[in-house]
Amino acid sequence: MPVITFMEALRQALRDAMHADERVFIIGEDVVHYDSAYGVTKGFVKEFGDKRIRDMPIAEAGYAGLGIGAAMNGLRPVVEMMTTNFALLALDMIVNHAAKIHYMFGGQFTVPIVFRLPNGYGQLSATHSQAFDNYYAYIPGLKVVAPGTPYDAKGMMRAAIEDPDPVIFIEHTGIYSVKGEVPEESYTVPIGKSNLLRDGKDVTIVCYGRMTPMVQQAAEKLAEEGIDAAIVDLRTLRPLDMEPVIESFRKTNRAVIATEEWTSVGVGAEIAARLYTEGFDYIDAPIWRVGFDEVPMPYAKNLETAVVPHPESVIDAVKQVLAGKTQRIRQQ
Amino acid sequence: MDKQDLLADYRTMLLIRSFEEHCQQQYTRARIGGFLHLYVGQEAVAVGAIGALKPQDHLVTHYRDHGHALARGLDPQPLMAELFGRQTGTSKGKGGSMHFADDAKHFWGGYAIVGAHLLLAVGIAYGIQYKREVLGQDDDGVVMCFFGDGATNGGEFYEAISLAALYKLPIVFLCENNEFAMGTPLSVHTAVTEIHKKASPFMPGERINGNDVVEVREKASAAIEHARSGQGPYFIEAMTYRLRGHSAADPQMYRTREDIAARRSNDPIELLKQKLLDEGLLDNKKAKKIESEVEKEVEAAVKFAEESPAPELSEAWDDIYAQPL
Repeated sequence: MPVITFMEALRQALRDAMHADERVFIIGEDVVHYDSAYGVTKGFVKEFGDKRIRDMPIAEAGYAGLGIGAAMNGLRPVVEMMTTNFALLALDMIVNHAAKIHYMFGGQFTVPIVFRLPNGYGQLSATHSQAFDNYYAYIPGLKVVAPGTPYDAKGMMRAAIEDPDPVIFIEHTGIYSVKGEVPEESYTVPIGKSNLLRDGKDVTIVCYGRMTPMVQQAAEKLAEEGIDAAIVDLRTLRPLDMEPVIESFRKTNRAVIATEEWTSVGVGAEIAARLYTEGFDYIDAPIWRVGFDEVPMPYAKNLETAVVPHPESVIDAVKQVLAGKTQRIRQQ
Repeated sequence: MDKQDLLADYRTMLLIRSFEEHCQQQYTRARIGGFLHLYVGQEAVAVGAIGALKPQDHLVTHYRDHGHALARGLDPQPLMAELFGRQTGTSKGKGGSMHFADDAKHFWGGYAIVGAHLLLAVGIAYGIQYKREVLGQDDDGVVMCFFGDGATNGGEFYEAISLAALYKLPIVFLCENNEFAMGTPLSVHTAVTEIHKKASPFMPGERINGNDVVEVREKASAAIEHARSGQGPYFIEAMTYRLRGHSAADPQMYRTREDIAARRSNDPIELLKQKLLDEGLLDNKKAKKIESEVEKEVEAAVKFAEESPAPELSEAWDDIYAQPL
């Protein structure tokens, strides 16, 4: 099976979908003349023409709304928001409109749209290095996916485009270059299914997106020290599939939740709550969470490195859990 | 433009007025909940403009949407049932007053985030253009989007007119300038009180008398023709006046009884009635007959709503997704 990058996997899925269905089109900032900010859709305009992929003005609410209206009218837009930070300007469109239109009109209209939300960090300071996964995961009516492997990236992008509901597709720019085995042919990976990536008996590590490859590295190092960690990759944040998490937790009785977000009130907080409510009978130790330190993202390299999670942060959290220590989340 | 049937328009305007008066009554009796924004006084705008649309055209509007729904030919019975929160409502009792819709009539609904729906309308128009240019479909539809003067100050308004002009989309923007953004007067909420001028760098437009159903029909027809013929968007600012409060619960501290009384002489229904009487198209006997028919139609709608069942509790969990997982 070919080994390709996460970015190439996304690109293959987008190309396949564009070839399979003429209703699929891409809009976003700098997708044509600049030829794609990160390169995911590089060259698409040559292949598909400027009607199928179109540069939008820097007006995030504007082109998000344009996409939603076009989706209601029978098309299949893929809207690239450039970054999750800019998508904040389109929250009204996503939350008050895309997520609500099917429900509040009694099912008369559907909104088959995909919002691609790249996020990440890299000395970009406070407004360009954020995670808002929880904002979308909070909203009934949205489907929110955040794959962590190239295989899932390709399959879930295709599934998202074929889905009749609005899908928020969170892509971490930090894993665009991660490689993995990906079939050449087109396939889908179902939305709404968590995945046991690695079985283990000592601790269950729950993760998604960027944290998935970091957690895989952490688990390998832990194995060298004789600690057998299970990994559950959530892949979808709404609707949340807790079954594989609880099933693993039933065996390990211990959990670390590793998410790249501010820990308080984040997706990880929901997972912790579910472990307490749905998995209460199996808990043997305090649950730990790994995430950003709760500060706005600083610019200086050493500061940034100090406040974001690494494989070592996961390893440390696992050891704390195995030692039965309680965690205190620091806020100021 | 198709010939305007003034008697039919008169009847639709009366139907809207009667529907709204009954809504007020039922709201007072607490059979309608939430907010209730009545369209009393603005009937000529909806009836004149929507009358100029063809079946393949599209309609998107704001939360004061009862008049637009009735003007587009939606049945008053499921509309009243929606207000009563009943299973037989247009949105199965999940939308209420601000979210009437009918996909079969290309009535894409009333929206309640002020100014936001202009972008959805732009997207629907973009869809028409894409279907023509990429999918090769023979779609000559035009989108008409209603909004109030209060919707023209936020960013989404400017993003919408900018995108519509950039892509030369088949859309008519129709601002119902009733001189108030809820309770804030026009001159207090904007520096550009001639609203159509806000769009003038982007598209042609004009201010019209929104209380004259004949003028509205004529100007709307020309605007729709402009958009249909591929010349891009058009902007109409229809001057009108809301004779009731912003919502049924509005004490109207921002204007006096005298202000409202002075505007009653410009009531679009009375103006049209006088015109019809003057032209011999209507006499008092016929007028009474139409009034009585309309009254019966709305009473039947109230009865239908009363007798309809409330939604099953399981309905709360339906329609969250088109494809539940």
